[in-house]
Amino acid sequence: MTVADVLLLALGAVAVGAGALVVTSTHLVRSGLHLVVSLGAIAGLYLVLGAELVAWVQILVYVGAVVVLLLFAVMLTRAPIGPSPGLDRPAGPSALIGAGVGLGLAALFADAFRWIEYPRREPGTAERVGTEIFGTWVLPFEVLSILLLSALVGAIVLSRPDIGARPAPPAEPQQPDEPGEPGDEGREEQVPA
Amino acid sequence: MHVTIAYVVGALLFGLGVYGVVRRRNAILVLMAVELMLNAVNLILVTADVSLRSALSGVPGEAWATPNSQAGSGGVFALFVIVLAAAEVGVGLAIVLQYYRMRKAVAIDEVPLAAGEERVDG
Repeated sequence: MTVADVLLLALGAVAVGAGALVVTSTHLVRSGLHLVVSLGAIAGLYLVLGAELVAWVQILVYVGAVVVLLLFAVMLTRAPIGPSPGLDRPAGPSALIGAGVGLGLAALFADAFRWIEYPRREPGTAERVGTEIFGTWVLPFEVLSILLLSALVGAIVLSRPDIGARPAPPAEPQQPDEPGEPGDEGREEQVPA
Repeated sequence: MHVTIAYVVGALLFGLGVYGVVRRRNAILVLMAVELMLNAVNLILVTADVSLRSALSGVPGEAWATPNSQAGSGGVFALFVIVLAAAEVGVGLAIVLQYYRMRKAVAIDEVPLAAGEERVDG
C-alpha cells in the first residue's frame, strides 16, 4: 500500500458514499450538495491518477456549472425545502438492478485488472492534453463544438414560454361593458356582429 | 499504484447511478443520477488511460489507432464526455422546466405518453 493507494481508497470511499447519499436522500437540495462532494472526490481521484487537466476541468464544469444548473432547476420547480415524500418508487427492483450492475462490473474489473502494481504516470498537463486534442482528435473536437452550439440553440428554443401553452380559448363574444374604453385592440375585435 | 481500486470505485458509482435512474421519480434527481453514471465512465476512462497503456507498453500500436503513440487518449475522451454532459444537462433541464411549466409536476412516471392520456399509472 503506497500513498497513492491510500489516497485512492479514501477518495473512492468518499465518492461512493456521497453518491449513495445522492440517490437515497429525500431532500432535493441535499441531494445536489452530496453530488458536489461526490464529484469533488472524483476530481481528487483524477489528480491521484495523474490526469491533472481533467481534474480541473471536472471542478470547473461539473462542480461549478452543472451542479449549479441542477440546483437552479430544483429551485425553479419549487421543490420543498424539507424532505419530500413520494420521491421514490419501491426500492426492491431498482436495488436489484443497481446492485447487479454495480457489483457485476466491479467483479469484472477486479478480475480483469488484478492486484498489480502499476507505475504512476507523469501528470497529464495541459500541454500534453492540448497536443493530443489538436493533434489526434481535431475532428471530434470540432464536431463537439457544433454539438454544443446546437444544444444551446435547442435549449433556448425549448424554454420559450409559448411552447406547449394551451391554445388561446376562442374569443367568445362578450358585451363590451365599458363601450367607450379606447386602446384595447382585443376588445375591438370582439364586438358582436 | 493499484488501479483496480479506481476501477472498482467507478463500477460502484455506475451501479449507484443505475439505481438512481431506476428508482427516482423526480426528473431532476434522475438527471443527477445520470451525472453520476457519466462520472463513473469518466473515471474508468481516465484509469484505463493510466493502466492499459502501461500494460501494452511493449506492444507496437497500430498507426491508425494511435498515431500519437506517446500519450493515452483516455483523458481526452473524459474531457469530451464532460462537454457532452454539460450539453445534456442544458437540454435536459430545459425540457424539465418546460414540462413543469405545462403540468406543474416533475414526476417522470406521470408523463402522458400518448395524446389524450392523462396519467400512465395510478
